[in-house]
Amino acid sequence: MRPAQQNDPVAEQLSLFRRVGYSIFPGMARQPEKRRGYRHFFNTLILHFRPRIVPERTLRFTLTWGLGGMAVVLVFMLIGTGLLLKFAYEPFPGRAYDSIVHLQNEVLFGQLIRNIHHWSANLLLVVVFLHFLRVFFTGAFHSPRQFNWIFGLTLFVTVLLSNFTGYLLPWDQLAYWAITICTGMLEYMPFGGAKIQHWIRGGTEIGPATLSNFYAIHTAILPGCVIILMAFHFWRVRKAGGLVMPRGPDEDAPSRGETVPTIPNLILREVVVALVLIAGILVLSVVLNAPLEAKANPGLSPNPTKAPWYFMGFQEMLLHFHPLFALFVIPFLIMCALVSIPYMRYPETTPGVWFVSSKGRRMALTGAVTGLIATPIGILLDEYVIDVVAWIPGIPSLLSNGVIPLALILAGVWGFYSVMKRRYGASREETVQMVFVFFLTAFVILTVTGIWFRGTAMKLAWP
Amino acid sequence: MKKQKTDQPESSRRKFLGKLWLGLGAIALIELVGLILTYLRPGKPRGSDDAGTVVEAGAVEKFLPDSVTAFVRGKFYLCRLEDGGFLALSRKCTHLGCTVPWVDKEKKFACPCHGSAFDIRGEVISPPAPRPLDAYAVSIENNVVKVNTKRPIKRSEFRKEALVYPKKA
Ligand code: HEM
Ligand code: FES
Repeated sequence: MRPAQQNDPVAEQLSLFRRVGYSIFPGMARQPEKRRGYRHFFNTLILHFRPRIVPERTLRFTLTWGLGGMAVVLVFMLIGTGLLLKFAYEPFPGRAYDSIVHLQNEVLFGQLIRNIHHWSANLLLVVVFLHFLRVFFTGAFHSPRQFNWIFGLTLFVTVLLSNFTGYLLPWDQLAYWAITICTGMLEYMPFGGAKIQHWIRGGTEIGPATLSNFYAIHTAILPGCVIILMAFHFWRVRKAGGLVMPRGPDEDAPSRGETVPTIPNLILREVVVALVLIAGILVLSVVLNAPLEAKANPGLSPNPTKAPWYFMGFQEMLLHFHPLFALFVIPFLIMCALVSIPYMRYPETTPGVWFVSSKGRRMALTGAVTGLIATPIGILLDEYVIDVVAWIPGIPSLLSNGVIPLALILAGVWGFYSVMKRRYGASREETVQMVFVFFLTAFVILTVTGIWFRGTAMKLAWP
Repeated sequence: MKKQKTDQPESSRRKFLGKLWLGLGAIALIELVGLILTYLRPGKPRGSDDAGTVVEAGAVEKFLPDSVTAFVRGKFYLCRLEDGGFLALSRKCTHLGCTVPWVDKEKKFACPCHGSAFDIRGEVISPPAPRPLDAYAVSIENNVVKVNTKRPIKRSEFRKEALVYPKKA
């Protein structure tokens, strides 16, 4: 034990500047031989969050594509710009729109801050979705990362809800009607959907109570959830011993291999990705303004009224299925499927291999092509040919637009699955991936149709 | 300091007290959640007493048979059918709640959002709307049509009894 350092002669001689510095960072004073200026401080700070060493193989850009890191950067950009927006924004129906207009026209850099928030939010959805795909296609959801997949899904839902609750705040026509129809969807949910709708609207219609609910949820509850979930997400990455080890389709599972110090190897890469991303967003925000339409008018629905683009897939389904199916049964099934992906029994697993195996790649391609052909055909058939009500008069729409088409689709997928499984002698991992790719393609096509191929009165039209 | 004995089997009293704490904690948690939920429950909207929910639409003669008149403040349409019966329809589409305009040329309500259409009686001509437009109670007193906009009436189909006729003079 060293004696107390009350009258440390060295410390006495130091400049005031140094002494203040040491009082803030005592570690630097105690271990002068280890420190190299402030770098030491930052290094130890970073090492509170990151491992000291990382396996070199996991640094490959083509493993992560930097997507998780980009999501983190975007989350922090959103929090930063969001806090600034809070100074200008007034969450009251009569004033919200005007406060945004004021921000854009009168406040220096107001438009820029709003644009950064807008583009970061939309990009975050894209990035998180791509990150989700990369985790799936590299098989990084297998043990021991099963539960981190669940954390990831929860994060995804939270990010979606954040975007959605933010959508109402500008109180323009776009916002008002998109939120009207999206909350209108809750009415079709069984087990208290109408009640939930009443709660989040704070009444029967979109009004002051809705806005203050959305404001509280968007600016406090959800950011809090995202930060907590992110902490758990990263902790689980650490617990799993870092990222999944990348390898080729025919390589054996590699050992940890060579490790390198996190600083500078990993940190440098992350900083590069972050800086490029931030630069990109700044450029985008300078050249492209976030949309703002006319002030909300409850008496006039624009034609067509569309949901936000990320809900367009569901909106498109709404045109084909009974609402109970489009908004409840199908999303519920999708969520169940996603949650159960890591918990299925896989006789053998190949974490770290892109698309499982060479066979897996071919099958995934077949799944994608099948989805690419089948979905537009389905949409066109339903739009122009199928008219169950005329064929079987008096059939309840729950059957004609719900049970029957869903059963047919699932039967079709089941047939496709069995044929492919037999033909390729495929493993569970490969078939699950193929079915995933099929539904993924279908969903993307539905979304694209909703965004670009629906004109007035939601009729099919060229963009 | 004396080391605490940890390898001794737990006494039943300690176990009991532990469980008791757990139970009390659970009760407190339930109470807290209940409290928060009650707090968050949407209350009565401000300034929504009964006054102002009954809208005086005007004299019977003002409305021609087979016509639809929009009441923007009351958020409803007053329809007079060909046989002279009155019907007040909510302007909220029963699909997802867009505001439906009346298209006089085509004699129908056409929802701009997802293409639902309703006839003058509020019945669905084309889906996806699942049920007719909601109605409001209409009454005719001293030849003046009044509409009570307090509560929309959900209907699964149009019924003739829903129409209100002026008393024959
Ligand atoms: C706000 C949203 C999210 C953020 C900020 C985030 C961030 C990250 C980061 C920084 C990593 C480290 C590796 C990398 O950069 O790829 C990671 C890994 C991981 N993420 Fe996410 N993520 C998010 C959403 C998701 C979603 C939607 C899923 C999937 C359902 C998911 C599942 C995983 C899994 C399983 C890993 C471990 C991968 C491995 O070990 O190779 N995350 N995440
Ligand atoms: S809200 Fe009227 S058709 Fe969807």
